[in-house]
Amino acid sequence: MAGLDLLPAAIDLVAVLLLALGIKGLSKVSTARSANGLAALAMGLAVLGLLIQQPLSAQAWLWIAIGTASGGLLGLVTAQRVPMTAMPETVALFNGCGGMASLLVALGVALYSPGGAPGLVEQISIVISVFVGAITFSGSIVAMGKLQGWIDTPGWTQSSLRHVVNIGLAVACLASAIALPGAMAGLPLWVLVVASSLLGIGVTLPIGGADMPVVISLLNSYSGVAAAAAGFVVGSQLLIVAGAMVGAAGLILTQVMCTGMNRSLVSVLFGGALGGAAPVGGGGDEAGYTRITSCSAEECALALEAAERVVFVPGYGLAVAQAQHALRELSKLLEAHGVEVTYAIHPVAGRMPGHMNVLLAEADVPYEQLLEMDTINPEFPRTDVVIVLGANDVVNPDAKSDSTSPLFGMPVLEVDQARQVFVVKRSLGAGYAGIKNALFELPQTAMVFGDAKAVLNGLLSELRSMGVGKKVAA
Amino acid sequence: MSALSQALWVLLLGSLLGLELIGKVPPTLHTPLMSGANAISGITVLASLTLIAQANGQVPLLLLGSLSLGFALFNVVGGFLVTDRMLAMFSRKKTRSGGAG
Repeated sequence: MAGLDLLPAAIDLVAVLLLALGIKGLSKVSTARSANGLAALAMGLAVLGLLIQQPLSAQAWLWIAIGTASGGLLGLVTAQRVPMTAMPETVALFNGCGGMASLLVALGVALYSPGGAPGLVEQISIVISVFVGAITFSGSIVAMGKLQGWIDTPGWTQSSLRHVVNIGLAVACLASAIALPGAMAGLPLWVLVVASSLLGIGVTLPIGGADMPVVISLLNSYSGVAAAAAGFVVGSQLLIVAGAMVGAAGLILTQVMCTGMNRSLVSVLFGGALGGAAPVGGGGDEAGYTRITSCSAEECALALEAAERVVFVPGYGLAVAQAQHALRELSKLLEAHGVEVTYAIHPVAGRMPGHMNVLLAEADVPYEQLLEMDTINPEFPRTDVVIVLGANDVVNPDAKSDSTSPLFGMPVLEVDQARQVFVVKRSLGAGYAGIKNALFELPQTAMVFGDAKAVLNGLLSELRSMGVGKKVAA
Repeated sequence: MSALSQALWVLLLGSLLGLELIGKVPPTLHTPLMSGANAISGITVLASLTLIAQANGQVPLLLLGSLSLGFALFNVVGGFLVTDRMLAMFSRKKTRSGGAG
């Protein structure tokens, strides 16, 4: 009998160990993939350990099969179908569903008390699980909607009215939480569910698209907290420790991301959208620029043809235009012509830190050509041509020189040091920070207006018609 | 009360472990790490399964448990697979010598 009791405990311990090693390994490039597999294995072990511990009726097995088949299959299909460019919103969707799962478990325990009447600890855990689970779900869904462009930022959310609304909702949550233990399955529970869900919407809606990755990371941390709370509800130590680990690691990751974006968590959460949340390419404030040089794809192609060293700076606009494959084509052509091509990746390039690396990797760009900011910055003075593709604030020289700029202090790519800079952009609209970019007015800078993909394809055909890269086979 | 204090110890130590696990993350890995951590937070499957196991034949509980299991597994399966898809792109780049198109 003692041996039988020990087995599940041993499985649980191994699972926790593997989960910890998995999270740790995921933070290094060389071990990340195997670490992900390790974490998945740990999850499987944890489920196995639970299943051999719990006596299950045939009916229970049936319901488990239904849940497993539906959720597992949907997850499988989603993971395979979703394009790499939509990764941020996919993570948000998955995350929201995790929060929903914790919420549903807490609801089940609160409504039907399967393990006997819940004590004070269970009651508190139910409140936390419902509250955090609901916020995670509704917040993640809003984040997904905003990233997909389904949801705009309503005007009222940029005024102080939103603080009034959110504080009201928070008070409603608190009041229902206090009333909950008196009537477990009663009105307070439903008030808590509704108020928490609305609060999740209320705090996520005002936040601009650029800050969404931070929000998703934070909500990811919340779903860990929700899982830990669910662990208290059903009395599972494994769930508590895993939830706590993810919750804490998620907080650190959120902090790391904030640092990379030169934003404080407080300003992300309570500052509203930067620059009035003007949609990208939405025309913005084109006034204020006086010395703009614009040029055609042909002129840009000529400069590329003559260059020895070219650096591409891909940004959000490249991701939106899905132009990574065209970019890869162009750099292959240039390499065949003897041009040294590298890519400068700002820590927050793309729609999420690290997202640009994934997108370029998908387009078969060799990993060694992706240079991080600290590596590439000293190289700019000896670079002939820099092509900025849909990036804006991360190449703004004001961040270094103008102490009055809101960007001041943010680490940027020093492309202004290069001999010639082409900025491919759809319009002169401001970036996320909503300010002018001094780079655009520098004498060595020329703007190439247009969608990143169209411009790149134009460059490709110009270069081909010049006979660049002709002799190359394969 | 001892079960509670034990659970609180587990919570505390788990949190501290989580804080220490990821110190320096290269920006390349932010997205995959977030996605992987997100998959792990689907560990709520354990709570869903427990709920079903304790349902004792009550259909609403079985239904809630199964629904929650579906949501959690969607998170787990989708999360791990999508993370693997992202990371596969990095490792493929490293093992391949030339850029055969």
